[in-house]
Order: sequence, then C-alpha cells, then structure tokens
Amino acid sequence: MNQQDSNMVLSLDNVVKRYHNHLAVDHVSLDLPRGQIFGLLGPNGAGKTSLIRIINAITGADEGHVYFEGKPLSSDHVSEIGYMPEERGLYKKMKVGEQLMYLAQLKGLTKQQSQENLKYWLERFDIKSWWNKKIEELSKGMQQKIQFIATVVHKPKLLILDEPFSGLDPINTNLIKDEIYELNKQGTTVIFSTHRMEQVEEICEDIALINKGKMILIGSVAQIKEDYKENKYRLVTNRDITQYLEPAGVQIESQKENDYIVKFSDYNSNAFLSNLINDDIKIISFNEILPSINEIFIKKVNEN
Amino acid sequence: MHKLWLIIKREYLTRVKKKSFIIVTLLTPLGFALLMFFSGFMASGKMNSIKQVAVVDDGGILQNNPLEGSQMKFTVVNKGIDEMKSEYVNDGYDVLLHLDKIDNLNETKVNVNYYTDDKMSFFTIESLENKLSKAIKAYKLNHSTIDKEVLAGLETEVTLENGLKDGEGIGDNSSKMASGIAQALGYIMGFMMYMVIFIFGGMVMRSVMEEKINRIVEVMISSVKPFQLMLGKVIGVGLVGLTQLIIWIVLIGVAMMIIPGLMMSSMDSNTVEMAKEIQNNPETANAVSGLIVELKNQNWLLIIPVFIIYFLGGYFIYSSLFAAVGSAIGDDLGEGQQLMMPIVIPVILAIVMLSSVMTDPDGPIAVFGSMFPLFSPILMPARLPFDPPMWQVIVSILLLIGCVILFVWIAGRIYRVGIFLYGKKVSFKELTKWMFYKG
Repeated sequence: MNQQDSNMVLSLDNVVKRYHNHLAVDHVSLDLPRGQIFGLLGPNGAGKTSLIRIINAITGADEGHVYFEGKPLSSDHVSEIGYMPEERGLYKKMKVGEQLMYLAQLKGLTKQQSQENLKYWLERFDIKSWWNKKIEELSKGMQQKIQFIATVVHKPKLLILDEPFSGLDPINTNLIKDEIYELNKQGTTVIFSTHRMEQVEEICEDIALINKGKMILIGSVAQIKEDYKENKYRLVTNRDITQYLEPAGVQIESQKENDYIVKFSDYNSNAFLSNLINDDIKIISFNEILPSINEIFIKKVNEN
Repeated sequence: MHKLWLIIKREYLTRVKKKSFIIVTLLTPLGFALLMFFSGFMASGKMNSIKQVAVVDDGGILQNNPLEGSQMKFTVVNKGIDEMKSEYVNDGYDVLLHLDKIDNLNETKVNVNYYTDDKMSFFTIESLENKLSKAIKAYKLNHSTIDKEVLAGLETEVTLENGLKDGEGIGDNSSKMASGIAQALGYIMGFMMYMVIFIFGGMVMRSVMEEKINRIVEVMISSVKPFQLMLGKVIGVGLVGLTQLIIWIVLIGVAMMIIPGLMMSSMDSNTVEMAKEIQNNPETANAVSGLIVELKNQNWLLIIPVFIIYFLGGYFIYSSLFAAVGSAIGDDLGEGQQLMMPIVIPVILAIVMLSSVMTDPDGPIAVFGSMFPLFSPILMPARLPFDPPMWQVIVSILLLIGCVILFVWIAGRIYRVGIFLYGKKVSFKELTKWMFYKG
C-alpha cells in the first residue's frame, strides 16, 4: 500500500480494534478510490460501526494504519468527512437554523460560509421557512432532511451514510438518493452502510462484506455476482422437456408447467439448447440467473 | 480551541436565554428575602396559637409570682384539682397544671402534674419547667431569711470585649459581633457552595444524559473530541452559574443600598415613630450600627474573589464527576443512583463538618477540611470570615487547582467511553477500567 497514493481517498492497512477480549475489527484492509459509492455490508454486530468510528477518527485503531488522501488520518480530517450515524440525533429544543449553523461551524466553516452553504441546501429542499422552527416541532422525515443537510453542509470529500433511508417515505428516499448521486457526481466519495441489499445493488459500484470483524468479500457488484453464480438459468419452452434434462446432466430446481429453473453441472448449455432446437422445441425464453447480493450475503455469512 | 469556544457559547446561551433562567435569577434573591422574613416571623412566635393554661395552685405559690409567657396564657383557678380534671377542656383550657403545696422549703425536687388534651411538645414542657422552677424559686426566696438586696447584688452580667479592639497588642482584634457575623457569613457561603454543587452539577449530568439519549452525541463526536464536548459543557454551565452568582451579588448589594432609604421614605408616621424609638434606644442603635460597621469591616476584597475561586474549583471538580456519571448511566436514572454515591458522600461529609468548623474555625478539623480538595470548596469559604492564615488559603487553592485538573482528566477518560455505551449496567470496577483504555 502506497502512503503517497492520493488517488485513494481512504486507505485502511491491516486495521485492528479490540474491545476486552473480543476483536471488533480484525485486520481489515481497504482502498477507496476517489469518486466511488462504496457499500459496506454486514450483519448486526459485525464490526461496521467500529470500523466507521475508526474512519471518522472517533476512536483510534489498536493496530494498523488509516490514511486519508495519502496522509495518516488525524482529527484535522474530520472537516473533510461527513458522517450520518444510524441513530439520528439533533438537539430537540434548538431551532433548525441555530442547530445547522452550530454543526456547520463545528465542522470548521466560518459563520459566513455556513450561512451561504445552508442557504443553498434549504433552498434546494425548499424548506427555508423552517429556519426558526424547533427540531421537536418537525416530523421524523423532516428531521431526517435536517440531519442530511447537517452531514453534507461542509462539502465533505468523504461521506459516510449509515442506513440513510431508514424512516423515509419513498418520495423522500428518492430525494435523498438523488442528492447522494449529485454529490457523488461533484466528486464526493460515499461509503454507504446498509442492510437493504436491493439498495446496495442499485446504488453501489463496489462493496465489502464484513462479518465478525473480518472482511470476507470485496469487489465490484458485477464481479462478485459473476464469481458467485451457480450456472442457473430460467428456461421457458412450448412443451414438456423433462425427458431431455436428465441425460444431459441438468438438474431441475423448480418447475411450473413449461417454465423451468435449471442448473447445469458444466457449461454445456449451448449443446443442450441445440438438442432441443433440433427436436423442434420452441424456446420462448432462456436467461441466466445471477445470485442477488442478498443471497451471496446470506451464504457467505452462514459459511463463516 | 475554536470548537471548544463554540460549544461553550451554545451551552451558555441556550441556558441563559431560557425564560426559566431569567425568572429564577431574579426571583431567588426575592425568595431569600421572603424566607428570611418568614423565618424571622416564625421565630417571633406570632404565627403560633396561644395555649390556655389553667393552674390549680394549692399552696398559693403563684400569688406573688405569676407565670407569664408569650405562647401561653396562665389562669389560676379556684377549684379543686379533681373537679378541674374533668372540666378543663370544657372550660376552654388546653393544659391543666397542678401545683401542690410546698411543705418543706429545703426540698429541691418538686413534681408538678400536667393534664392536656393535645400532646405537648418537648420544648413546651421544658419552657413550662423553667417558668415553674423560677416561680418556685421566687416563692422559696420570699419565705426564706435571705436578704433580697444582697442576692440581687450577686447577679453579675459579664460582657466579653476584645481588649485589642482599639488598643495595641498581639492577637485577633475582632469583636463579639464580628464573630457572630463571621459565623453567619460562613454558614451562608458553605451552604451556597453546597447548592451550587448540586444544582449546577446536576445540570451538567442531565445535559450529558440528554445528549446520550438523543444520540446527538455521535454526530457531535464526529466533529469534536469527546473531551472538548465535556469540557465545553462543564465550562458553559459553570459560566451560567457564575453569571447567576454575580447578578445575585450585584442585586443584593444594590438592595442593601436602596432598601433602607426606600423604607424610610415609605414609612407611615407610626413606623417612623418606632424607627425613631429604635434609634433613640442606645442599645438597639448600637447593635444596628455595629452590625453595619462589622459588615463593612469584613474583608470583602479578599472574601469575594477567593469565594469565586472556590466556587469555580468546587464546581469543576463535582460537575466533571457528574458528567462522568451522566455518561455512564444513559437513560436509566434509577440505575445511576449508586454511581452518584461517591459524589454525594463527600459533599454531605463537608456539610456535617461545617458546624464543627464554625465552632472552632482554626481547629484541626477546620484545617484538614479546608485543605482536602473534596471538602475545601465548602469549608474554606466558610472559614474566610474568620481570617484563616494566608498560607493555608494559598496551599488549599493550589491543592484545589491540582485536584480540578486531575478530576477533569479522569472524568474525560470515563466520559469518552461512557457516551458510546448503551443498555449496559455499569459498575465502579468498570468505570476505573475505562480510565485506562487507550485510543
């Protein structure tokens, strides 16, 4: 790992974190190139939060190194990072404006910068009129928007979002999702931690799977799916083909009339298909079934 | 540094801007005045009902020596005791006393029976015993051969005056009045510290718990260090307390200057008459002017700044401990009670020691208590009006400052672990372990 590699926004090198006798983070290494949306997955208690806290410089690693843009991570970098924890929190009695100004200035913005940036965001979400409302007067969804603004107001280079869509209705989910894409387009690197696998497949390019503190899987979504495919296909024909399957060594996973889910033992699908075509069986559809990230996730976690 | 300043500013402003703060700050001195007035009123006995006491006086003891009392009205009845025993309640009396004849004047023990509808308080019984013993003494005197003038000549009233007051010599030159005032001031300052510790320390603890329950703490910690957050809170709340204290000192000072004038101008002729009478009465006039002189004589230029140092020192030690406990207990206050014990015990001990410090302001307990940093914030201010040796004040302040640094550091170590821990019951053993966690 090259310490000077400033193309990497974040590099973890054999990071270890221990609590009592238990390894919360077990020799995790990771390179995060600029401009990615990176999915961090793992079951509850896998060590995600511990890892995120190390990246946020909230806690230090017991072993290993963390680099931010090629330099050892220090508390000076907190102004470059935006973190939205899974458990949201705002000062309930404070007014929206005061609260956002406070959090923005704590991230190192001047009063004037904070005002300008907040003006942009409040106009963008069309909530300028909320400035003098107390947080406790807002609905949960509204509070989430404020929380999001508080996370991104200082234009962080690295954005860490822990379950950013929990508690949001579909409309607001899309709104926040669009903002994440927009920030990403402008060059923000995003770490996206969630249990919602369909969102991971939709949003992330690369993912890492953590279980019991260990990184058990890392790579692009497409590559991982390719690696974990099981030669499964969906085949729809115009008549029964059961008699062809067994001699060719093809297993039926499930069958609904002439709609089959089949598994090839080796890669002989073309030979099998030409066999069917020769016998004048009409093939209505034939497509490969790639495993969902969800399935890979469950499989890998159970293997461990 | 800038972030710490931002945190202090928020903690300070959100509290000072609250309506409740303004109300409490302005009303507390008023409340104190009312309390003093009320307790004075209570002490004067005007609030108590007057007990009607019937006395069956078989020996005519009270004939020349009537019983008198502000709380009791005594009536000698000419009926037999057996008759009265069944009638006194119906006749409108609360208490019935039965004095037997005294046959032997040399008898030093006399039993007097009482009958009452309500239970009599210990103090009432004692006061009755005193009155009766005086009356019987006077009765015996009348029937004895002792010359009354000689006896009156034996009564001597001693007034202890400090010989150094005006002259020269070695030693303390304060008067009796000054000692009284010093004692009153000592108690006031000691109790004020006690209140400061619990009110503002409790405020810090609640605020830490609130942030933890709200989960805002995780957002905050991604911007600032836990120690900054804790220190900012402790300083911010401390400044709130200091603001309140200074407003009170100013208000009381202004009140002391304005109120006497106001009272004079608003008095009706009757009270002016009374005031004149008081002024003309040399004894009371002396007492009042003596009080004012002694109050002015107090070394305020030393007392106020040193009190503020102890105010801040005591506040910092205890509020940082409260912050540490607040971070460890989270959402269950009941669970926190046992963790608060080590904070509460030294404060209570200091208050217990306060009275012995007041009776012997230079004694060993006073010296130890005003040095030991967990007690000194309460006990040293209490000693200040008694002019403790300067070296003791300086050593005590140095110890206090050292202790503040140590305790804030310890609390910071506990705090940074505690704020992230949820749903776990914390023991003392665990708290000490947290202090040594790294990272």
